[in-house]
Amino acid sequence: MESLIRYAPLLAGGAVVTLSLALLSLALATLLGGLGAAGKLGGGPFLRTLALAYTTVVRGAPDLVWLFLVYFGGQRLVNDITGALGLGQVAVTPFLAGVFTIGMIYGAYLTETFRGAYLTIPRGQTEAAMALGLRGLPLQRKVVIPQLIRFALPGYGNVWQVLVKATAIVSVIGLQDLVGLASDAGKSTREPFVFFSAVLLAYLLITWVSQTLLGLLERRAAAGFADAR
Amino acid sequence: MHADLVILNWHLFASGAWMTLQLTFLALAIGFSIALPAGLARARRVRVVSPLINGYVYLFRGTPLLVQTFLIYFGLAQFEWIRGSWAWTFLRDPWWCALIAFSLNSGAYGTEIIRGAIVTTGKGELEAAWALGLSRRQVDWLVLLPSALRRSLPQYGNEAVFMLQGSVVASVITLQDILGAGRTLNARYYLAYEGFLAAAILYMAITFLLVLAFRGLEGRYLRHLRPRGVR
Repeated sequence: MESLIRYAPLLAGGAVVTLSLALLSLALATLLGGLGAAGKLGGGPFLRTLALAYTTVVRGAPDLVWLFLVYFGGQRLVNDITGALGLGQVAVTPFLAGVFTIGMIYGAYLTETFRGAYLTIPRGQTEAAMALGLRGLPLQRKVVIPQLIRFALPGYGNVWQVLVKATAIVSVIGLQDLVGLASDAGKSTREPFVFFSAVLLAYLLITWVSQTLLGLLERRAAAGFADAR
Repeated sequence: MHADLVILNWHLFASGAWMTLQLTFLALAIGFSIALPAGLARARRVRVVSPLINGYVYLFRGTPLLVQTFLIYFGLAQFEWIRGSWAWTFLRDPWWCALIAFSLNSGAYGTEIIRGAIVTTGKGELEAAWALGLSRRQVDWLVLLPSALRRSLPQYGNEAVFMLQGSVVASVITLQDILGAGRTLNARYYLAYEGFLAAAILYMAITFLLVLAFRGLEGRYLRHLRPRGVR
């Protein structure tokens, strides 16, 4: 226990790394998910096939396999590109590889979330808006997107909870996140059980806080609906 | 691209696939045998037991499988009395630690799946069984569980894929699974991506087969729930 207090500031730093990794990955995943859903819903045959290939291939293999591919294979690719252009070395850091990998994987899941939410919006909504003369971007911004957010939020929240836990794997390629630091601390103090238990509690705390915040957001997005509590 | 080195080392991937399949299916089977009684107890809200199960489910679903595995494999070694006990023969072995962690994890997810399937059983189904004079045990075994387990099939299929892909954690604690084979190629020949690409393709193939298998099971056991007129 004493050692845990001694290492507390270090672990807090690790928690910051974990959270920033998770948030940046979520941002990338949201972007990719939006593009994927747009491709699946409104794209031509080419874009639709591309989006389908993206979601199928990415979800077909485990996260750690993608992480190694991105980290080792990505470094080779970057070296080849910088070499061909006559530039200096650019390092693919574990953090960058993590953001890219986790963003890519959960972008595939969010594609389905967004697509499903879009399809849940009653047709009459867009029809009514068009009858009122709304078209194009204003139609999307004022009618479609607010409802999309409401329908997508529960699924989005689930993806976030899974994504946070998935960040743990980046410690395997040497990231000094919550797990990586706790692993080191456990070794040097010979109290691995204490440190890994603390990590479990930290993840539970993140899950719990996220759940509370998401509940608030969902209530806000559903404001004005009879079935909303 | 050095596909030749992957082909030359095919036996690494074959034995890796065996390790992956072994861990996945054993964990799913043990997890299911935890999930069935635990899910039933949760659905029935059995006193004292139900909150305990809820704590177990919350802990294992709310934290990363990697850290759960680390806690069992590296963490338990901290205690002198564990290292001195009979259990140490198992707990010093990464294979057993992975199996224990995976089974407990899968059991937690399975508990929620089965609890959900039980509580959503149509009231009429049970009332019909009671009306026929079936005893409580008969209702459970002949009506409630067959109905609930069938309806849990789609979600259990997802859990099976989740467990298969989660089993990569085994390679982090030195086990030679499919990803372990890819890592060996990476370390031995400095192959940047060929081994991992081969691993990704193997995982994809197994995922695909698992999905197909569950779709087959659903076609067989959920036939009565298909909308009319759809074949």
